Amino acid sequence: MTKAISVSALTKKYGEIEAVRGIDFEVAAGETFGFLGPNGAGKSTTIKILCTLADPTSGSARVAGHDVVRERDTVRRNIGLVFQDTTLDNYLTGEQNLRFHADLYGVPKAAFAPRLRQVLEMVGLWERRGSVVATYSGGMQRRLEIARGLLHAPRVLFLDEPTVGLDPQTRVSIWDYINELKRREDITIFLTTHYMDEAENCDRIAIIDHGQIVAIDTPEALKASIGKDRVQISTADDEAAIRALDDVFGVDSGVHEGLVTFSVESGEHFVPRLFAGMPVAIRSVSVSRPSLDDVFMSYTGKTIRDAEASIGDRNRRIATRFGRR
Amino acid sequence: MATKDIPAQDTITDDELALTETIRVAVPERSVRHDLRAVSIVWRRELIRFRTDRLRAITSLVQPVLFLFVLGTGLSRLASHGLPTGVDFKTFIYPGVLAMSVLFTSIFSAASIVWDREFGFLREMLVAPVRRWAIVVGKCLGGATVATFQGLIFLALAGVAHVPYDPLLLLTLVGELLLLSFTLTAFGVMMAARIKQIQAFMALTQLFVLPLFFLSGALYPLNGLPAWLTVLTRIDPLTYIVDPMRSAVFAHLPVSPLAVHTLSPGITWFGWVVPLGLSLAIVAFMGAAMLAIAIAEFRKTE
Repeated sequence: MTKAISVSALTKKYGEIEAVRGIDFEVAAGETFGFLGPNGAGKSTTIKILCTLADPTSGSARVAGHDVVRERDTVRRNIGLVFQDTTLDNYLTGEQNLRFHADLYGVPKAAFAPRLRQVLEMVGLWERRGSVVATYSGGMQRRLEIARGLLHAPRVLFLDEPTVGLDPQTRVSIWDYINELKRREDITIFLTTHYMDEAENCDRIAIIDHGQIVAIDTPEALKASIGKDRVQISTADDEAAIRALDDVFGVDSGVHEGLVTFSVESGEHFVPRLFAGMPVAIRSVSVSRPSLDDVFMSYTGKTIRDAEASIGDRNRRIATRFGRR
Repeated sequence: MATKDIPAQDTITDDELALTETIRVAVPERSVRHDLRAVSIVWRRELIRFRTDRLRAITSLVQPVLFLFVLGTGLSRLASHGLPTGVDFKTFIYPGVLAMSVLFTSIFSAASIVWDREFGFLREMLVAPVRRWAIVVGKCLGGATVATFQGLIFLALAGVAHVPYDPLLLLTLVGELLLLSFTLTAFGVMMAARIKQIQAFMALTQLFVLPLFFLSGALYPLNGLPAWLTVLTRIDPLTYIVDPMRSAVFAHLPVSPLAVHTLSPGITWFGWVVPLGLSLAIVAFMGAAMLAIAIAEFRKTE
């Protein structure tokens, strides 16, 4: 089957600033693929190239089986987009916004009315379709944009930071809609995010930093790749606990921040054995799985927040020089 | 073409079936009909926005009304020395002020592109599988239509300026307003193609609009001017539409041929009188040229 997206040696320079430095990856049809990285890593630039809003400096990209530069209109017919900033007309109603989209994309007139109903029902906005968009909340606007992106039944849906700026409750409900969408339609989803928990929703993620992909795999595999779970216990007698861990379980441990800390595979299975076999009383226990934050840190040497701070300036330079088209 | 399979379901009602069956949407190959459909929706959006934005419609009329009634009345005694009997100063400046009434609306329609760019909606249009020319043409047609509606409101005030409500005259004026507003919107869209911020666009508007108006001969006849002013007025594109409009009005006024000759002498290039047809053709040509430039600008990708 043709890959939904395939990218080869993609590079993008803005003047002397290299936003994307030669990335390669493929996304299979029906996958949910995520680009995880700090702001300024090159996520938005990559998505712009894939959406035909920007031309690559070198390299190539194919979306839905067509080249993004040479077959631009064909690519556009087959993709839907939800941008980071709202791109709705606030003065028109929800339905008018969608009608505009339908005419722009050439959705056959006979299909429009039922399809409109279907997508709006899916995001729960059918009742509010006649209200002007300015009266919608942030979450509703994002949902309307998702509905609009789907109106012409694209093969690939691009979501650029889909839940940024929304409250936690809305973020969860947006993902409910996206999962519902995946259940109903045969669609590939490509998203960019800097939220770790959002990346967990993906089948596979690519970690991107400074314009390069540093890792691609499933979230579980990435987390497993960096090691074991961290278990911390507070005990009545730390010295005895450390000895016991070594003698009974063969585990090396040390005291960090007042807690006896050690690493084991599959911490949640280890803990019952720990309680069964530990001679020393345990007051509390915590098991930490490696998070994507840990993954990011191990691959790039810093946390996502640190990375964002240092790239912020460069981002501003790009923005002022080239604006937003 | 994108077609979808119907997902399998277990037990569902008819209503649910209607909703769970993914509606097949096949977006066809791009064709001229599709592009025209895009032109139509961009055009219609301008009309919808105009309908809902009553405030803009009213404020756009303030300036021409001020010019006609305040300036027109205030200056009429001073001007009466230069005017033959039977011609009111207000009548004289009416064609020019009518042209001005579409000036602002046209530019503001184009300004909405910069607004859309700042607020994202432009990207929705730029990423669609539709030719850029369709978007630009739709915008210009929309701006022209909306501005002409404004002009029509001002045209209704013709009687106050002692301009007769002759159907042929009104039709001529409406036609000229359409041509003017299309050209002005094209001019605005051409500027908007490059400008990223609304403040910059507004500043540019201030820079152009009043000079365009003052140099068009809307407020004074085009003959007997010092050389530098003569040259400047001939460069102003607005001149080439104000003069035909004034000729049309004067053709329907009960005044002597001498009066017509003094007040509406036509545009002269080093003594040669520019024919009406050529005058209008110049405006049309400029409109087409600016449209072409605007389309070329919008076709550029990052």
